[in-house]
Amino acid sequence: MTLSMPSILLVGIFSLFGVGLYGLLAVRNLIKVIVALQVVVKAVLLALVLAGNLRGQVPLAQSLGLTVLVADTVVAVIGLALAVQVRRCLGTLDLHALASLRR
Amino acid sequence: MVQIVILAGAILCAAQAVRSKRLLVSALWLAGTSALVAWLIYLLGAPELAVIELSVGAGLVTVLFVFAIHIAGEEPQALGGKLPRPAAWGLTGLSLILLMMLILPGMGVRTSIPILLPFAEVLWQQRGVDVLLQVALIFSGILGILGLLAGSERSGPDAEKEVS
Repeated sequence: MTLSMPSILLVGIFSLFGVGLYGLLAVRNLIKVIVALQVVVKAVLLALVLAGNLRGQVPLAQSLGLTVLVADTVVAVIGLALAVQVRRCLGTLDLHALASLRR
Repeated sequence: MVQIVILAGAILCAAQAVRSKRLLVSALWLAGTSALVAWLIYLLGAPELAVIELSVGAGLVTVLFVFAIHIAGEEPQALGGKLPRPAAWGLTGLSLILLMMLILPGMGVRTSIPILLPFAEVLWQQRGVDVLLQVALIFSGILGILGLLAGSERSGPDAEKEVS
């Protein structure tokens, strides 16, 4: 069985998504969580462009991708601002330590 | 073939970004991932988005990460994750299988008429609401940057005076 180029790219995009998702589930540092989220969004962006390329609707894919990119950047900025404030107020970026503060 | 090599590089950079112990190194690996993803987007025929991804994803976001890490400081990272590793791997694998089951059946379907309008026309005329949303998001981002800057100012010498 031979895989076509779009299928190989799609498998790669799934792998990139998986790396980001594993990071989201596994890391404990708040800033690392944002890094993992960025990786997931990169995979989604690539999937959008690949879908546009396959369907012959690249301008539409670019337009939607631009919205995703802007939203992703804003999420990163607000997440980093929150992380900095959490570090200033509570003295840690460790999610386990932050979760134990509730009790 | 080039596309596969670039994508493999992007996956490698992303894995290093997630695995790396130091936050600054992690941010730099993420910048590498963004650059390679931008190159791949260009090769897939979306040059405008590639340029924006390169300047925003690999440039602006990396600068913001470095700035935030500088303010927050490097923290020695504790061993172990939120979930045990086997559980994290299992959940990741399960999610990927579900995604593949959703996406792969639609791979062969093709639309009848490709849209040949230029990017600017699609963005400004067909997706005008998206542009308004982007403006609102950028405004939120500016507020977020103000939050970052407020944190850096309060951690300066004035804050030390207040404490003493």
